[in-house]
Amino acid sequence: MTMFDRFDVVVAGGGHAGCEAALSAARMGCSVALVTLNIDKIVLMPCNPAVGGVGKGQLTREIDALGGEQGRNTDRAFVQIKMLNTSKGPAVRALRAQTDKRLYEDWMKITLVHTPGLYVIQGEVCGLDVSRETIVGVRLADGRFFGTRAVVLATGTFLEGKVVVGEHTYAAGRVGELPAVGLSASLREMGLELGRFQSATPPRIDGRTIDATKMSEQPGDPDPLGFSHWQKPQTRRQIPCYLTYTTPHTHEVVADHLHLSPIRTGSVSGKGPRYCPSIDRKLINFPEKRRHPVFVEPEGATTCEMYLQGLTTSLPIFVQEMIIRAVPGLENARLIRPGYAVEYDFLLPHQLTHSLEAKAVHGLFAAGQINGTSGYEEAAALGLMAGINAALYVNNQEPFVLRRDQAYIGVLIDDLVTKEIDEPYRMFTSRAEYRLLLRHDNAAERLSPLGHTLGLIDDEQIAEIEQRGRLLAEGEALLATSTVKVGDVTNDILKSLGSSPITESQSAARMLRRPELSLQDIVRMLPEIPRVILENLPPDIADQLAVRVQYDGYIQRQLGDIRRRRATEETHIPEDFDYAGVEGITVEARQKLCRFRPATLGQASRIAGVSPADISLLLIHVHRRRGGNSVRQGREPAVR
Amino acid sequence: MVDYYTHDTIVALATPPGMGAIGVVRLSGSTALEIADKVFRAGRGTPLSRADSHRLTHGHIVAAESGQIVDEVLLAVMYGPHTYTREDMVEIDCHGGLAAQRDIVRTLIAAGARPAEPGEFTRRAFLNGRIDLTQAEAVAAIVRAQTSVALRAAVRQLEGGLAQRLRGLRGRLLGVLAQLEAQIDFSDEDPGDLNRPALAEELGKIGAELDALLATSFLGRMLDKGVRVAIVGRPNVGKSSLLNALVMRDRAIVSEVPGTTRDTVEESIEIAGLPVCLVDTAGLRVTGDRVEREGVERAHGALDSADAVLVVLDLSEEAAEEYGTTEALETKGKDQADIVGPPHRLGDLGFDPERTILVGNKEDLVSSGEKVRGTDVRFAEVLRLEGIHGEESPRCVVSAKNGSGIEALKETIREMIMGPVGDAWQEPLLATERQRVLVEEAGTFVAVAKEGLVLGMFEEMVAEDVRSAASSLGRITGQDLVEDLLDEVFSRFCIGK
Ligand SMILES: Cc1cc2nc3c(=O)[nH]c(=O)nc-3n(C[C@H](O)[C@H](O)[C@H](O)COP(=O)(O)OP(=O)(O)OC[C@H]3O[C@@H](n4cnc5c(N)ncnc54)[C@H](O)[C@@H]3O)c2cc1C
Ligand SMILES: Nc1nc2c(ncn2[C@@H]2O[C@H](COP(=O)(O)OP(=O)(O)O)[C@@H](O)[C@H]2O)c(=O)[nH]1
Ligand SMILES: [Mg+2]
Repeated sequence: MTMFDRFDVVVAGGGHAGCEAALSAARMGCSVALVTLNIDKIVLMPCNPAVGGVGKGQLTREIDALGGEQGRNTDRAFVQIKMLNTSKGPAVRALRAQTDKRLYEDWMKITLVHTPGLYVIQGEVCGLDVSRETIVGVRLADGRFFGTRAVVLATGTFLEGKVVVGEHTYAAGRVGELPAVGLSASLREMGLELGRFQSATPPRIDGRTIDATKMSEQPGDPDPLGFSHWQKPQTRRQIPCYLTYTTPHTHEVVADHLHLSPIRTGSVSGKGPRYCPSIDRKLINFPEKRRHPVFVEPEGATTCEMYLQGLTTSLPIFVQEMIIRAVPGLENARLIRPGYAVEYDFLLPHQLTHSLEAKAVHGLFAAGQINGTSGYEEAAALGLMAGINAALYVNNQEPFVLRRDQAYIGVLIDDLVTKEIDEPYRMFTSRAEYRLLLRHDNAAERLSPLGHTLGLIDDEQIAEIEQRGRLLAEGEALLATSTVKVGDVTNDILKSLGSSPITESQSAARMLRRPELSLQDIVRMLPEIPRVILENLPPDIADQLAVRVQYDGYIQRQLGDIRRRRATEETHIPEDFDYAGVEGITVEARQKLCRFRPATLGQASRIAGVSPADISLLLIHVHRRRGGNSVRQGREPAVR
Repeated sequence: MVDYYTHDTIVALATPPGMGAIGVVRLSGSTALEIADKVFRAGRGTPLSRADSHRLTHGHIVAAESGQIVDEVLLAVMYGPHTYTREDMVEIDCHGGLAAQRDIVRTLIAAGARPAEPGEFTRRAFLNGRIDLTQAEAVAAIVRAQTSVALRAAVRQLEGGLAQRLRGLRGRLLGVLAQLEAQIDFSDEDPGDLNRPALAEELGKIGAELDALLATSFLGRMLDKGVRVAIVGRPNVGKSSLLNALVMRDRAIVSEVPGTTRDTVEESIEIAGLPVCLVDTAGLRVTGDRVEREGVERAHGALDSADAVLVVLDLSEEAAEEYGTTEALETKGKDQADIVGPPHRLGDLGFDPERTILVGNKEDLVSSGEKVRGTDVRFAEVLRLEGIHGEESPRCVVSAKNGSGIEALKETIREMIMGPVGDAWQEPLLATERQRVLVEEAGTFVAVAKEGLVLGMFEEMVAEDVRSAASSLGRITGQDLVEDLLDEVFSRFCIGK
């Protein structure tokens, strides 16, 4: 026996979820084995070479704020970065970066192998050993066995994976990689229910064979930007993307071959995401649309491979080539890697608790695509949370759960655990009812104090966050109390900005609510003292200040909502609660509640098919069980 | 999403509506006193904060903004934990009558209270340890039974027309929202431009329909809480008999001695599924008898708080003789005018023609000779003698004794309350105060969103208002916002990388 035969935590899978899980558990003091099929494909990006985007970028910021790796890693590896939604309000802006895929993998691997207590091991986890409904070890396909108290499953698209290209189908986790066989059976043996999803990726082409003159160039933003709060954004030479559009001619080519599409031939049976339709699907669903955008994106600084966002398909390879060449600018493009679809098993996520632990097996956690999600950001967020909770579990500490009003991560997990997931889950800002509070600019204020408590954020980092908080509070007070005086100077400035003149003095905060005015504009109209103080605020703090004031009315509304719901959210339902004993609830509600076993009344209320009347009855019974009658009073949400 | 706000202040009518002469409006929650204080003006001018617990104070409810008196009431402040809910509570005894109670509840809502959900007082009592589970369940069962029986009509509405219309409107709001959300979540995926004027126009239309729904809400609340119908007229014209005929039971004392009905008598009936509370009053007669005088005063009260008034007139020969000439009538009144102040002609009471039904009773005693001339002529004459300009009010000729014309009278009452619509059940009615508040809330958010679009506010701000509107409506129909929204986005926009 070697000294590594026992670990506190074993993570199965070195993808986006697995890496975050292993890092966070190790950083919280656990000994961790990261077991993955191929250590040369750690954190590989099998789909688009990009991190972030609207909704997803917020997740990456939150991961970073909690001490996770994705933001930092992206900042090290990007070849282009830009802010999205700049024409919308700051609350829904988000970063998106094109990464150098190789560099992204390399940096992550470097981080992993330099993390104390973390051991990367190549191998295939094929079975879990459970004793008294509790994880005790994992078995590898090569015969090795590791004793462990906790396992994080992060196997991505590999469980019984099947790749589909045209009429060819074969067992694979991704093209060119072996699937994970056997683990699914082991999970089913434990009584866990699995589903089957599907995902597809577009073809890659040789960048030297495109005609960029026929496309519009999409450069990155000139200002230095970054995901991570903890390191200075870097100025870097950026590589552009290109935008072109399909034409009726392209559509004809697709239409002529639709009979070969897996949609029609039925060679793909798992359910795919609506938000990533293949080009075949787009033409079927939106026949009236005359063109679809195609983004041509670099896969790295040292490769000529380019990714064709918008042309996802698993049609036969010769058809893929015909379609590509029917797109302006790609007439002579040479195919490097064909697009394909992959079908895989996933764990129906309602079987997990909010700490991502299986309800049926103590110490078994799951994160990433195996939970029914898709996307690197979703995977990394779940990985981070599963790693944290595995470490807390090992140390017999209370689980770490984020609420819906605290983080997109909270929304993500709550959705997975309380909703029927019938397509791979991707984050959208519209899923977050409190999105004006959950902004990417305040992720650190919202979450870093929690990361600090967990030991993932250090004292120096937290001191900086606290300092920011003070500056913001001061700035806010200043805007509320300083007035913009009526006068020619003021009204001339307003006129020049296309804003209506004022007839009586107003607070700076009130003026700032006019959508056409920026904080900088207002500052110009203020008396000297507040002006100088506000002008000297660091730009990112000034921006955040402006956001707070501009959205104040909405923010207050959302905070009010949160307060009102707090009591329901915090009423716990005992784990072994007997729903059969609740008279009067509908049959459907009873079935759903038995299936989902929500932990709180708030969660129960979000389950489709459970009505307010059912909740009312539940409330009474939960309190009878508890013997007590009081409802816990909620805390105020802290950050705006 | 369901939410139980356990710490805000709730308000509701505690007495079965329209079922007693006095209505009790109850407030419970941490700000109950504060809210009551905003609208209560004590007779002695003492602020509520200095009022003793569980003591009645006389005063007026005054609308916070307009300063107008809503009703004269008795109010009791009750400090927790010695209350039903163990929270601070305020009880307001008012005159009864749907209109008055409704206005008080509304005034309190405007001052910051929220309409209670069914059974919510009991839920709080239970949660705060005031009552045990068995009691709570018993009350919950009653609440359920009440909703299923008394509000059956309302529920039918919700399942039918109203819910359908609300879903329709919510669907259109989601349509607007999908456009906004696509701009936000898929801005890098070619969602096309946002057509602000078109969206603003659509929101304007939705807002107008919400207003139309609100206009039906008065009816809805009547369904919920009942309608008060006062029966007034001179002594012995057959008011009590008419009440009995409508109830088809000998409830009120019928007597040949004028002035027997000294108390107001109330009786609940159903007219076309509408709960109706009939209030039989003492005769509106000038008299020196103290007891009867009180009855007369009460009759005035019943008149003021009624949603509809049946003015009963005696068409019989005998009455015609009694009336004699107009002069005789006037003299009769003048003699006693200094004792009390009621008018000597009924018409002087000033009936609101929109709320009045003129009932000519004792049709069976109209002599055949008269009948040849026409009951109508007789009716017109009595009206003239009583100084009632009855052109704008509907008229019914009945016999309380043999039941003729009673069905037609019921139909007339129904029409007065619900409007001349052929089958009012087809019309969506806002059945409860809660629904009304939610629809009103939705309307406000729609208006703000529309303005935001026009003013060039950010998409996510406008979206927030549209979301709030849609979720207000969804709370009536119990639908989940996000899932429906995503369906809408994906079906409208070709999104995807
Ligand atoms: C063809 C394809 C198309 C995709 N399309 C999209 C898309 O359109 N949009 C989108 O958002 N996302 C897409 N993705 C998904 C995206 O790649 C994943 O969401 C993300 O990578 C998931 O991260 P993960 O960590 O959960 O799993 P993965 O990145 O899949 O990593 C899983 C890791 O676990 C290892 N592993 C698996 N089983 C075992 C085992 N038994 N023992 C040890 N190690 C094991 C694997 O070697 C791998 O390293 C696509 C993926 C593929 C393959
Ligand atoms: N013939 C006849 N007598 C009636 C009718 N309605 C009431 N009466 C009689 O009129 C008298 C007074 O009736 P009552 O209902 O007590 O009158 P009230 O004082 O107005 O309530 C009683 O003797 C009744 O029987 C009617 O429609 N026809
Ligand atoms: Mg009588």
